[in-house]
Amino acid sequence: MNSAFILSLLKGLWGTIVLSLLTFLFGGLIGFVIALARISPIAAVSRAAAAYIEITQGLPLLVLMGLCFYGPSIFGYDSFSPLAAATFALTLYASAYLGEIWRGCIQAVAKPQWEAAECLGFTRWQRMRAVILPQALRIAIPPTVGFMVQIVKNTSIASLVVGYAELSYNAKIINNATFQPFLYFGIAALMYFAICYPLSVQSRALERKLNVGHR
Amino acid sequence: MTYQFDFGAVLAYWPLLLEGIWTTLRLTFFSTVFGILIGAFCAVIRTGGSSWARAVISLYVEFIRNTPLLVQAYFLIFGIASLGIRLPILVGATIALTVNIGAYTTEIVRAGIESIHRGQLEAATCLGLSRTQTYLHVVIRPALERVYPALSSQYVLLMLASSIVSSVGVEELFGMSNRIQSETFRNFEIFVVLGIIYLLLAMLVRTGFTLLGLAMFPRRRKLGTSL
Repeated sequence: MNSAFILSLLKGLWGTIVLSLLTFLFGGLIGFVIALARISPIAAVSRAAAAYIEITQGLPLLVLMGLCFYGPSIFGYDSFSPLAAATFALTLYASAYLGEIWRGCIQAVAKPQWEAAECLGFTRWQRMRAVILPQALRIAIPPTVGFMVQIVKNTSIASLVVGYAELSYNAKIINNATFQPFLYFGIAALMYFAICYPLSVQSRALERKLNVGHR
Repeated sequence: MTYQFDFGAVLAYWPLLLEGIWTTLRLTFFSTVFGILIGAFCAVIRTGGSSWARAVISLYVEFIRNTPLLVQAYFLIFGIASLGIRLPILVGATIALTVNIGAYTTEIVRAGIESIHRGQLEAATCLGLSRTQTYLHVVIRPALERVYPALSSQYVLLMLASSIVSSVGVEELFGMSNRIQSETFRNFEIFVVLGIIYLLLAMLVRTGFTLLGLAMFPRRRKLGTSL
């Protein structure tokens, strides 16, 4: 074991964290729009959102990475940097899943709440903003935290097609030099575990806590 | 836009693509079979075994579910190789995928087992069924039926995720892209073609699971309702 290798793994860990945060930020923004589009009363909008979710969830993340990495240069843009391409692909991926999760949460708000808001003469946006979304947020927190685990794990795929240097990429490089797979992939796995496990535990705890009213 | 798309150049490699599809389906099939066996076994222990066995299983489940498949595949496949054991790469990939999906299956089946009502178990005891009979007919089968939708979407995801083992040199569908890429330089077209094939495969696997469900669970076939 060599301190330079450990340093390199830590650097990779930082790359993983940066990519995860960017993905969560952009994926969350677009996912929110998708969730709203999915429950839109305009059939075309809701069907378009459904198709987006269906297609994105039916593609392996690796294929999305490839499309996002090689696609922009074809349409006349300069080639994306590995980080930009990875963020782009993971954003598509995360937005489809988050959109579907949040749609469920919005629709899980009890029906009388929607009706009451309507009776009070709220407009559609007022109803969403003041009545439905605050309650949906409460339902949405546990599954969203749970999905963060998926995001962190899936950033590892950014090391393949686009070659973004994150934790598993650096671990692979070190393994190529030392050929001690159990040691270095083991440490890398523990680092992922150190991020993901607390999130999983938190998600379950929040579910128990926020679910009190439904028990 | 000046780029000329050339899908023909990629489609000319259809025998390679077909071979890749075949390998992907085989990988998915074997990991599914072993995954369900391991998952059902571990779920039974997780719900009724001794406390240390439960601890071991939950350690396995938590560790697999909180680390990426890619790192697990590297760890297992390169790890086994570093011990001097030579396995065919497809076997190694199947092991990695099975270890991974087994943990997810355990969690899903456990939820199914926990949803079986106590009264069912008491009824089985009253009818004089042995422990094995009770587990097979009263616990596992209805549990699987109840969580079947969740299981089948997990296995569709497994099929998509099997593309990851291309990174250790398995020439399944995604792995073929490297070869075609280096001969045609049609990077974008390759990924479009792969995307369409994967969408169709996902539909195929999902349909397969629906049909299998109808064959396995007569209640669904005869009454048209789920548990």
